[in-house]
Amino acid sequence: MSFIKEYIRTVYRAVSSLLKGMKLTGYYFTHHKEIITQNYPENRDTLNLPERFRGEVVLTHNEDNEHRCTGCTACELACPNGTIKIITQFDVNEEGKKKKALNTFIYHLELCTMCNLCIVACPTDAIKMAQNFEHSVYDRSKLTKTLNAPGSKLMEGVE
Amino acid sequence: MIEEVGTSTDGDLIINIGPQHPSTHGVLHLVVTLNGETVKKVEPHLGYIHRSIEKMCESLSYRQFIYVTSRMDYLSSHINNLGCAHAVEKGLQVEIPERAQVIRVLMSELTRLASHQLWWGAMAMDIGAITPFFHAFREREMINDIMEETCGARLTMNYMVPGGVMYDLHPDFQKKVKEFVQFFRSKFDEYDELLTGNVIFQARTKNVGIISKEDAISYGCTGPVARAAGVSCDVRKLFPYDVYGKLQFDEVLMEAGDSFARYQVRMGEMRQSLSIIDQLIDNIPEGEFQAKTKAVLKLPKGEYYSIVETARGELGVYIISEGGMTPYRIKFRSPGFSNLSALDHMARGSKIGDLVAIMGTLDLVIPDIDR
Repeated sequence: MSFIKEYIRTVYRAVSSLLKGMKLTGYYFTHHKEIITQNYPENRDTLNLPERFRGEVVLTHNEDNEHRCTGCTACELACPNGTIKIITQFDVNEEGKKKKALNTFIYHLELCTMCNLCIVACPTDAIKMAQNFEHSVYDRSKLTKTLNAPGSKLMEGVE
Repeated sequence: MIEEVGTSTDGDLIINIGPQHPSTHGVLHLVVTLNGETVKKVEPHLGYIHRSIEKMCESLSYRQFIYVTSRMDYLSSHINNLGCAHAVEKGLQVEIPERAQVIRVLMSELTRLASHQLWWGAMAMDIGAITPFFHAFREREMINDIMEETCGARLTMNYMVPGGVMYDLHPDFQKKVKEFVQFFRSKFDEYDELLTGNVIFQARTKNVGIISKEDAISYGCTGPVARAAGVSCDVRKLFPYDVYGKLQFDEVLMEAGDSFARYQVRMGEMRQSLSIIDQLIDNIPEGEFQAKTKAVLKLPKGEYYSIVETARGELGVYIISEGGMTPYRIKFRSPGFSNLSALDHMARGSKIGDLVAIMGTLDLVIPDIDR
């Protein structure tokens, strides 16, 4: 007899603990204010990403189409994956002196792991991380980008 | 010698679990010998996610190699990075500013909380309860938001650098963390209500997957797996690093060594982490967040070893330097590997359904085991 009693007691305890959990589930089912999920593709316009979020590397330009990159290749050396390739040229100034300058800033987004080491390494704060994270394209070659805008030149006073 | 899948000569059934199986949490491959429903032998096969991280690190400089270690135990990537930063700092002999040390400990504890929350949800799902998974992810999302704001990434942060941390804290950090701690404290009772007190859950975890204190030591188990068997092995207590020596917290120890004890140890650790965050969040000292280091780091010739306590156990980072810009050899002692090796011992004699429950309480992260 005691065996049957014990059996019924176990079943009762199991069902009651199940109901206890179900009570909590039911609470969230009926309280819609507690919902925290977001409708992502629909809320694109209101999506606010933090300032430090690492989406992709960009070279900042001001309104006169000037950037701050001197072509020192510190970022290229800091990158662990070979993501950045900088092609430099020698500009000749009025006094006839040769000076190293940036020709093309090539950025391989497909190799980038967003480790932020290039941003930290840059001595002139020329590059920064942008918040854009939707990178899918149909052709992988589109992920190799040239960051300096056509016709852009070095900002005055940046050494 | 790998046995063929099928029926062995003495009538036992040999089956594969994994490498693509939802309950193995990644690409773990178990060759299980079954007698009816009883597990006779479990043989883990590794190598499905081997990326040769140790070899890769040898070709990267001391600043660069740290980011790769986020990809080992991705659930406690901060703590992996911290272990590597410690090893490099030992070679450089730099003094870490107090502010950086406090930030490091705060981040480590937040990571530990996030990792244990994910484990709690995933383990409940292994046993058959789906709801806890969503509850755990709700709280984990708050930690991820805090990380995103201060470190710039949600999972692979690369925030610890040799000499300190990469950035100063975000101005909202303290407010957000306090909000989170308050919110999580109020929801922690829900965790107990949903799972801990559940009779079915207790029946499935109590007296299942028992490992004794001696066996836990001889298998090299660390972290919650060993502490559930009564082995005192918390690196934060025994070899305090950063500001852990000045903090008041308990090492959670259990005696039973079964799945339920491992569960209780992790739940207790979450409470301890909350108390550590409480002690530090109002006392972040002012000052530098990074010590001055040279642009190109070179470690003097020698061997450097550092240990940290990740969410899964003891992580050791061993660097041999020849005096150059890159390490000569790097070896990681990952906690998951030793914990997995004890699975065979724990699961022998239990039913095949319990094997999944035992694996859940081991909290395996396969990329950490394979590297």
